[in-house]
Amino acid sequence: MTDATNFWPLAGIAIVVIGFALRANPLAVVVAAAFGSGLGAGLGVSEVIAALGKAFHQNRYVSVPWLVLPVIGLMERAGLQEQARSLIARTRAATASRILLFYMALRQITAALGLTHVAGHPQTVRPLIAPMVEAAAIRDDPAITKESREKIKAMAAATDNVGLFFGEDIFLAIASILLIKGFLEGAGIIVQPLELSVWAIPTAIAAFLVHGFRLWRLK
Amino acid sequence: MIGLPELYTLTGLVFAGWAAATLLDRQHPRRWRAAAFWGGIAAEFLVGDRFGDFGNGLAVLALVALALSGAPGKGRPATSTEPERQRQTARWGNRLFLPALIVPGVALGGTFLLPRLGGLVDPKQVTLISLGLGAVIATAVLLIWFRPPASAAVQEGRRLAEGVGWAMILPQLLASLGAVFAVAGVGDIVGALAPLAIPEGSRLAAVLAFTGGMALFTMLMGNAFAAFPVMMGGIGLPVLVAAMGGNPVVVGAVGMLAGFCGTLLSPMAANFNIVPAALLELSDRYAVIKAQWPTAVAMWLFNTAMIWGFAFK
Repeated sequence: MTDATNFWPLAGIAIVVIGFALRANPLAVVVAAAFGSGLGAGLGVSEVIAALGKAFHQNRYVSVPWLVLPVIGLMERAGLQEQARSLIARTRAATASRILLFYMALRQITAALGLTHVAGHPQTVRPLIAPMVEAAAIRDDPAITKESREKIKAMAAATDNVGLFFGEDIFLAIASILLIKGFLEGAGIIVQPLELSVWAIPTAIAAFLVHGFRLWRLK
Repeated sequence: MIGLPELYTLTGLVFAGWAAATLLDRQHPRRWRAAAFWGGIAAEFLVGDRFGDFGNGLAVLALVALALSGAPGKGRPATSTEPERQRQTARWGNRLFLPALIVPGVALGGTFLLPRLGGLVDPKQVTLISLGLGAVIATAVLLIWFRPPASAAVQEGRRLAEGVGWAMILPQLLASLGAVFAVAGVGDIVGALAPLAIPEGSRLAAVLAFTGGMALFTMLMGNAFAAFPVMMGGIGLPVLVAAMGGNPVVVGAVGMLAGFCGTLLSPMAANFNIVPAALLELSDRYAVIKAQWPTAVAMWLFNTAMIWGFAFK
């Protein structure tokens, strides 16, 4: 590293940090950061616009899962959320803690089998899990505040994330395992995906214990 | 062969349906802007190939400008009433859960079966295609079973899409920012700076710099995949593996998981942290991050200890 290194491309990172700290609109923050880093690296305005456009177009697959919204909407129209609520209201054994513990185990196991898309925020959390834990919380404490209800719904979303993140790396063909394998290969180190994925198992167990403990203590 | 192009066409048509339904919704307070927002996304999917890089860039700027001026906002998509839904639950009971199994079921079956149909389906995209197929089948089953007006598939989707709002394009835009950062060489600079943070010869300090860097850089990029090559190339391989004799398998595999802890803490990881808050209609945009930070910190400590304890056997 010499004194001549150009640090201006880091401007984008600074813009991201400041933008999120100020709770500015994230879309505006991202565009500003792209210009900050791009111009900092010596690109022209039109080059930054083109780089952003090219990447946005190539990354369309990120938005494909929105396809399921009509399905979720139609199920809600038929009364799915109401049925989820009334089932839980009648089943006293299904506390918010137990529902989320069960969901966490299910999410980790299916993700470990490579089935990352069988559950998720639009597919399962919004139509099923969130209304169920909310109904269980209201049944067990009718005086519950709106704030606590929102907290417990946020915990349902958090449980989906934790289960997915610390389950998926056990699967051999998941993108992150293939990325590690490819990177090490580029450095002349040949490893098999199985060697990498067994090292995800201790963390998966620890995640279930840590997050499960938090769920078990959930009021 | 069925692959991404067909899936993109289907997605584009869904967004185009929302644009049309918004235009017809006279009670929508900002219906032109909202229709332009959904229509712009639809155009990206349907005809974006012909825009060129600069044209697509202008489309991105237009979408962001529309979002900042209040698009897509909320209209009045037609839906069922509370008494109607109560009648349905009384009539069908727990059978209402069955359609919820279609999308997961097709995703599961398709992942195993589609690759065996010869060259019919692009083998690299089996999961996404199964998801799209599941959505089509489930929509058909729901329309036949409950016989809502045919427009319900569009209107119910729009109701949820308006609930998520402009956050719908945030994950795709953030992925694009990662690409712009790569063009600008952000990763190279961070990778060159990172080793300077390590005191000479201390194994624990080196491990902390590696897992800490993974978590921190993942938070900034919103994605552990972007952080991994930078930190592995900057600290993991040269310091932990080459200089200190660490096992590259443990360093790589557990280092990635340390990055995932950063994902749990970052608003940049929009589809995991910001979009769900919108989907669940939570009043605090950061509610999901607040719910998961204790788990994330504990798991980061665990992963750091794993590398420290097991990579140097």
